[in-house]
Amino acid sequence: MLSIPISRQYLSINSRFIIGSHRSFSSSQSFRNVSTLVFLEHKAGKINSATLSALNLAKSLGGGITGIIVGSSKSSEMNEAIEKAKKLPISKLLVKEDDNLEHVLAEPFAPLIANVTKERSFTHLVGGTTSVTKNIFPRVAALLDVQQISDVMKVIDQETFMRPIYAGNALCTLKSKDSIKVITVRCASFEPITDTSEGEVEIEKLESIQAGQIISNWSSETLTKSERPELGSANRIVSGGRGVKNKENFDSILIPLSDKLNSAIGASRAAVDSGFADNSLQVGQTGKVVSPDLYIAVGISGAIQHLAGMKDSKTIVAINKDPEAPIFQVADVGLVADLFEAVPELTKKI
Amino acid sequence: MRPSLIHQIRVLVPIKRTIDYAVKIRVNSAKTGVETNGVKHSMNPFDEIAVEEAIRLKEKLGEKIESITLLTITSNKKGGQEVLRTGLAMGADSGILIEWPSTKPDCDPEPLSVSKTIQKVIQKLGEKKPDLIICGKQSIDDDSSQVGGMLSGLLNCSLAQYISSIEFDANQMSSAKVSREIDGGIEELKVPLPAVVTTDLRLNEPRYASLPNIMKAKKKSIITYTTEELGIDTNNRFEILKVEEPPKRKGGLKVENVDEVIHKLKEVGAL
Repeated sequence: MLSIPISRQYLSINSRFIIGSHRSFSSSQSFRNVSTLVFLEHKAGKINSATLSALNLAKSLGGGITGIIVGSSKSSEMNEAIEKAKKLPISKLLVKEDDNLEHVLAEPFAPLIANVTKERSFTHLVGGTTSVTKNIFPRVAALLDVQQISDVMKVIDQETFMRPIYAGNALCTLKSKDSIKVITVRCASFEPITDTSEGEVEIEKLESIQAGQIISNWSSETLTKSERPELGSANRIVSGGRGVKNKENFDSILIPLSDKLNSAIGASRAAVDSGFADNSLQVGQTGKVVSPDLYIAVGISGAIQHLAGMKDSKTIVAINKDPEAPIFQVADVGLVADLFEAVPELTKKI
Repeated sequence: MRPSLIHQIRVLVPIKRTIDYAVKIRVNSAKTGVETNGVKHSMNPFDEIAVEEAIRLKEKLGEKIESITLLTITSNKKGGQEVLRTGLAMGADSGILIEWPSTKPDCDPEPLSVSKTIQKVIQKLGEKKPDLIICGKQSIDDDSSQVGGMLSGLLNCSLAQYISSIEFDANQMSSAKVSREIDGGIEELKVPLPAVVTTDLRLNEPRYASLPNIMKAKKKSIITYTTEELGIDTNNRFEILKVEEPPKRKGGLKVENVDEVIHKLKEVGAL
């Protein structure tokens, strides 16, 4: 009786995955069907791009994909987000509305997500790498007693993944022995999915599984308002560093170029620390990791920390007056010039 | 509601010894990890910020901060003592060193094991358990960014990650006001103690230890525990199959002027 479904599963799993050299189905858990829960992150009624990247990774695992969307019914934005979620390529949507879930705090969110994952026997829990999942997922993983796999950049098979270490200067391929894989997805490595399904998504309101208690109290938030494309998902980025010298220059030199290119604006840590730009614009190991089609680095030397955040960009342009700056080693197009002359000229001529 | 009783709080700062942030790392020849022999190590930069913040709280709040204890887990005992001494020289009061078995040289404890170990140590401290745990937001070697979050889950206490400020009302030490860096801006929270917070870069700029403080630090106590004493499972959940260098970018092309920049970009279809 047992051998038939197992061999069927074996075949179906096998055909879906890229077969790595270390692949093995010897442990019993490998025979389990893959069943993935994707944490659908939303803000202002929209599902964020990181989630769409996470869905792309989830697809590559094979198996069914269920989405979970969480928030407070008090806000109309939650309803908008649910409508958007229904159009995603998922087979089922779990909805949890609770006033304790109005603000995204780890204490109420983590037990909920951990319990859903466990009770519904999901094999994988997946979310995009954002400040939200970086906050919540480790707490979820601890509650599930599993070792989280952060910032996955490649799926080898359902239990084998590649992730960057040492600021992206080494790539580590690991096999997770945990029965549940808790994964955050390196957004720069997975295209956000664009196909939206028109099929029926089954919706289930979670009643029996409760959110955790609120422990911390949310007071306020201050968001940087911008008409520009969002840094994490922009196709083009113009980024400034210490060489721009001050905030006035940062605005007067970078903004016109950015406007012309319809790009997002980024900054190196030096520029952020010197107050030229808001810290939410920081690109690097400790800020955002981006991979736009075009990255223009202006007055940025190219410290390891910064390169970790942008070296997967398709085309990199560097404008810097120091010909020895490390940024030139990764730039496809390097111009050794005074940025105060070159950037306005570039803006004019594009 | 009446204000809670004023009392002293104890701060615990877990710190990690990592390859120095300025070192260009090399993958080892067996492709099982990075070369660590003869490579400069120092305290993880985010942990330095955590130690600094604990000391600043003590400077500001005086005796309201009863003690600052550092904790490190390492298979390199000498190295672990060194990073603890560095933190003690900055101004922390005492250190705890947990010896990780060195039988598996390329298998550092994973964040889950680290969190469980810290939890065990906290249990051992009993009455003297910490009220505030300040962790770095991530270690610059593994880049996982998990320990603070996991520990808060194991302790079932409040959590505030990626903080850029923390303030106490000296008359009411039962909770802290924090600002945290989130995608798109800043968020403010009030976190009741006990709490785990993790530091972002902008929280502060760590000080250098002065020579007299370095001398003084030699007299401060460091307690050592083994994993057996604490009853810790040292098996890792990950099997590291391979560590390799990322593909090199074919950069390095320099052009003469802005016109050539535009020409090149049009050529590759970026404009």
